[in-house]
Amino acid sequence: MSDHVNGAAEGTVANKVPVTITVNGRTHRADCEPRTTLADFLREDLGYTGVHLGCEHGVCGACTVQLDGSTARSCCMLAVQADGSEVTTVEGLAEDGQLHPLQEAFWNRHGLQCGFCTPGMLMTACELLADNPDPSAEEIREGISGNLCRCTGYQFIVESIQEAAPKMRPAT
Amino acid sequence: MKAAAFDYHRATSVDDAIQQLGAADDAKVLAGGQSLVPLLAMRLARPTVLVDLNRLADLAYVRRENGELAIGALTRHRTVETAELVRRDVPLLADALAHVGHVTIRNRGTIGGSIAHGDPAAELPAVAVALDATFRLRGPGGERSVAAGDFFFGYLMTALEPDELLTEIRWPVLPQGTGCAVEELTRRNGDFALVAVFAALTMGADGVCTQARISVAGAAAAPLRADNAEQALIGSRVSAADAGAAADRLAAATDPPNDIHAPADYRREMAAVLGRRAIQRAWAQANRTNAGE
Ligand SMILES: Cc1cc2nc3c(=O)[nH]c(=O)nc-3n(C[C@H](O)[C@H](O)[C@H](O)COP(=O)(O)OP(=O)(O)OC[C@H]3O[C@@H](n4cnc5c(N)ncnc54)[C@H](O)[C@@H]3O)c2cc1C
Ligand code: FES
Ligand code: FES
Repeated sequence: MSDHVNGAAEGTVANKVPVTITVNGRTHRADCEPRTTLADFLREDLGYTGVHLGCEHGVCGACTVQLDGSTARSCCMLAVQADGSEVTTVEGLAEDGQLHPLQEAFWNRHGLQCGFCTPGMLMTACELLADNPDPSAEEIREGISGNLCRCTGYQFIVESIQEAAPKMRPAT
Repeated sequence: MKAAAFDYHRATSVDDAIQQLGAADDAKVLAGGQSLVPLLAMRLARPTVLVDLNRLADLAYVRRENGELAIGALTRHRTVETAELVRRDVPLLADALAHVGHVTIRNRGTIGGSIAHGDPAAELPAVAVALDATFRLRGPGGERSVAAGDFFFGYLMTALEPDELLTEIRWPVLPQGTGCAVEELTRRNGDFALVAVFAALTMGADGVCTQARISVAGAAAAPLRADNAEQALIGSRVSAADAGAAADRLAAATDPPNDIHAPADYRREMAAVLGRRAIQRAWAQANRTNAGE
């Protein structure tokens, strides 16, 4: 099966492409232009405004989501590429009105100020703790080095992740 | 920061991708998108068609074949970095991958994308040059193999034709008694290197160096193989003085860029410092391996 999607000449609107993705357990189907990034699709078309856009070229980490189980920068991929995928955004972390342990820790430890970097930080920290359930402060700093924060100076973010780590470890 | 409009084609096979690349005037391959999508957003790249390889599962593999490690072009950085086979047979590659961006970038970025992009400050092109990797390319006229040493021409310029695909990278397995080291200077964790040195030294049981493979990223318009430094080390016992002399030769061979990130003189001086450290660390690791530690 070959599926070639016709876009458009310069300056005109490209033909839209149907995209089906599951976000936080809910399946959505919408049409978008091939050039639409996953970030814009999630925010503008589906309303997941917890996906923040800082730089739109891969350097700030604010737009980080989980795509089929691992983190991805949603500004560095096209929505059409995510067709058939499962995405988790920051909106999917809390369950039944109960904050995720990382959210709880960020709240408790002042891991955020303006909150702009927070969704990306949380998604990155989730993966970090899944890969390394008991990280040192140094490992945490390295793990979040791709996520820029203009407010906190990072110290409280590191402490928040340290506080959440034991709560996320599987009971032994 | 929004990309200009383009057509999108999801390739269904390597042949389909090649055909699509040939069918349009400015078609471009989309792999992990970690370099290309930002370039689209900044409109530094304005292709008419993107040919997406991401569903070609048969381009993603790591396997051992005839004393070499064959890695499919679409294999993600993170998969290669954590593959047991790579850690055992080509540890310099795994070590270097840990310096490529961040985990999130490596989850998506592909080995083939890094090579095809050909950034002279990137890790993988330099490691490929140090290890004499070979690249398998496929185009409308069939398949060809190009040695890493003949592939990189200059800033983002490679031997790839516009309608060719990079399909596989073949890495020679490093011999017993080899130690590896990567020394990289960046302003921030995960940035492209200002300068980086990659070294793999093989030491005989008698403490004499039998093989040296060294390259430098960020030191010239294309990744630089430091053959003069290698020649100086082979046959030596890699004393501190030998390492220093080889690193000086390495630095002398660089022709680094002078840009807003760092002056050329600074990069050259750092190439000597990092070169010495890399050689000494690789040497120490090779000796530990030989001592059975
Ligand atoms: C924040 C950030 C930090 C980064 N830091 C580093 C770093 O420290 N070191 C580093 O090396 N890189 C770094 N990168 C770049 C990253 O490694 C890219 O993933 C890589 O350079 C390109 O691989 P890709 O699979 O994403 O390719 P894409 O972005 O999809 O493509 C890159 C280019 O290669 C071509 N191409 C891709 N695959 C093929 C193929 N199989 N055949 C022919 N042509 C092909 C494309 O057409 C395009 O021109 C960073 C990126 C970001 C966003
Ligand atoms: S908005 Fe995606 S990394 Fe900055
Ligand atoms: S809390 Fe403001 S950017 Fe991090």
